[in-house]
Amino acid sequence: MSDTQKFDRADSRVREDTGLAGAARAFVDRVRSGDLGMIPVILGLIVIAVVFTSLNPVFMRPQNLTNLLFDAAAVGLISLGVVFCLLLGEIDLSIGSMSGVASAILGVLWVSVGIPWPLAILAALAAGAFTGLVYAALLNRFGMPSFVSTLAGLLALLGLQLFLLGNSGSINLPFQSFLIRFGQILVMPGWLSYLLALVPGLVIFVFGMQTRSERAAANLSVPAMSVLVAKAASLTAVILIAVWYLNQGRGVPYMFVFFVLLVTGMEYILTRTQFGRSIFAVGGNREAARRAGIKVERIRIYAFMICSTFAAAGGILAASRLASASRQAGTGDVNLNAIAAAVIGGTSLFGGRGSAWSALLGVLVIQAISNGLTLLNLSSSLRYMILGAVLALAVIVDSLARQSRASHGRA
Amino acid sequence: MTGATSDKELILKLSNVSKQFGAVTALDGIDMEVHKGEVVALVGDNGAGKSTLVKILAGVHAKTSGTIEFEGREVEIGTPGRALELGIATVFQDLALCENLDVVANLFLGQEMNPWRLNEIEMEVRAWKLLGELAARIPSVREPIASLSGGQRQTVAIARSLLLDPEIIMLDEPTAALGVAQTAEVLNLIERVRDRGHGVILISHNMEDVRAVADRIVVLRLGKNNGTFGPDASQEELVSAITGATDNSVSRRAKARDAASSVEEGAK
Ligand SMILES: Nc1ncnc2c1ncn2[C@@H]1O[C@H](COP(=O)(O)OP(=O)(O)O)[C@@H](O)[C@H]1O
Ligand SMILES: [Mg+2]
Repeated sequence: MSDTQKFDRADSRVREDTGLAGAARAFVDRVRSGDLGMIPVILGLIVIAVVFTSLNPVFMRPQNLTNLLFDAAAVGLISLGVVFCLLLGEIDLSIGSMSGVASAILGVLWVSVGIPWPLAILAALAAGAFTGLVYAALLNRFGMPSFVSTLAGLLALLGLQLFLLGNSGSINLPFQSFLIRFGQILVMPGWLSYLLALVPGLVIFVFGMQTRSERAAANLSVPAMSVLVAKAASLTAVILIAVWYLNQGRGVPYMFVFFVLLVTGMEYILTRTQFGRSIFAVGGNREAARRAGIKVERIRIYAFMICSTFAAAGGILAASRLASASRQAGTGDVNLNAIAAAVIGGTSLFGGRGSAWSALLGVLVIQAISNGLTLLNLSSSLRYMILGAVLALAVIVDSLARQSRASHGRA
Repeated sequence: MTGATSDKELILKLSNVSKQFGAVTALDGIDMEVHKGEVVALVGDNGAGKSTLVKILAGVHAKTSGTIEFEGREVEIGTPGRALELGIATVFQDLALCENLDVVANLFLGQEMNPWRLNEIEMEVRAWKLLGELAARIPSVREPIASLSGGQRQTVAIARSLLLDPEIIMLDEPTAALGVAQTAEVLNLIERVRDRGHGVILISHNMEDVRAVADRIVVLRLGKNNGTFGPDASQEELVSAITGATDNSVSRRAKARDAASSVEEGAK
């Protein structure tokens, strides 16, 4: 024991996991105790890629993957919103209908009424925020469980969507507009996509170095340089390869990058702000959060509003993808796909555990399955059954991991 | 009954506080005072209403009637946030920690440094210092609370109550899950807090601990005041006030023991 004892290395029972080997050992320990992290998703993606490519080689073609990313952004945004509800231990079952209503509002205001589309989008987002506010009020005032209020909301919003669209049933959106090109064809120029591909690794490295020096100055243990470099380098390599591959076809959709930026922003809010911390606290132990002075009701209001607003945003992206606002928008499997994506990505249905990344990773899995099944020309009946089974599997993994964590003493 | 009075400045004064849970009267006309630099022990049998009283002062439950004065002004403690604002910190009997968050996050819950860009490093350093003051045996502050033992959790809860440098700290059976050294450390801590001029309300079933640190011992029985004693009060006095009878199971055991060693016993 030296006299420059680090604060967090004073206890002799703490194993020092230094260097790459140490990081690997800590990782294995975490997985053993039921903290699976991204493993199920990555395994899932590999299995999906292998199976579908062997059934139909088109699946792995860059053009198809670009398509897949275009499709993923809309459901991904909806999923990103529902992460906030799930973290609280609540759920929003009306996100599909909400996205449908948003697309209807966009279609009616923009095409039928003639309002500029940015304003129409704002109106749709406001409708989303208001819906979330209603759910939160029902929960706060009347203690109405969110799965009931949002189930009622599902039906009410669907009614609103049909009412807005009226007899026409579907409104076509102008093909030449920026919004529709954003949803259908706009991809990044190659140089920009390569440049952006370097950003995540650089950010990790720069902030990692900053944290290292700050921790050292505060007499705390410093994570190994080698781990930091390995993390940044491997992430950069993976993204570069993906971008290069996509650029062999159509390229990287702006819409998907937009989605990834929002995911990053939400991840920051969840992990680096007091608000995010409060969401985890309320989801983990509501009474403890209340006694710590957290305004639980206010946190709920924000979370439900964020959830519904993202659902509306997802609906707008879906409308721009299809260049129409129709009665079918947001119905069918949209709801469950979005929730399943969050759960598959590692956000627990039981509250208090999860991340914004889960929406990104999960939606890739869901969309890959969906896309692969479509390529096989399977009827939607079979697609629904298979996606249902995948959701069940994801929840089973979530429950088992939770039990394992409980027996290993990790919440 | 010897009610030790304190000439120090009054911080907290409860007058005629009652609490009704539906048909159950958990507290009935409670009077209590806490002065600066004073440790008040709150004792009573299980179900006497100790935790309920603490929760009312912590803003967890609303009182049904009565008045609470804090530093000379009448206050309504409507929410836990209000209690913290006033400077009333609490270590709850059930600890009230978030199992999914790590030690640092729990310590600073609701009081995070730099709300829009959490200062994790500063918080971690303060966490280590705070836990160090308590001689806490916590290997890592970056582990979730779920992985800690009962005693370690209790230490975290105590450390959290000290974070805001409160005027009054209330500890509801803080040493119940602690080891020998840790209990001594908590008692030392209580004395340190008192010496800094703060008030302490301590709930404990361990009369030895209570007598060791308390300046006054307030007895609750079935939700009512049942006497106030000095730290020199005898075991029999306290037990009879707690159980409400001079002839109770504890005194009978004592009598039997005394009779066996043929020592004359002095009734109160
Ligand atoms: N939330 C509650 N709802 C209804 N009754 C309660 C509640 N909390 C406590 N009580 C009742 O109040 C009485 C006092 O409880 P408590 O204050 O926990 O006692 P102590 O801490 O002294 O053991 C008990 O009879 C208990 O059943
Ligand atoms: Mg109690």
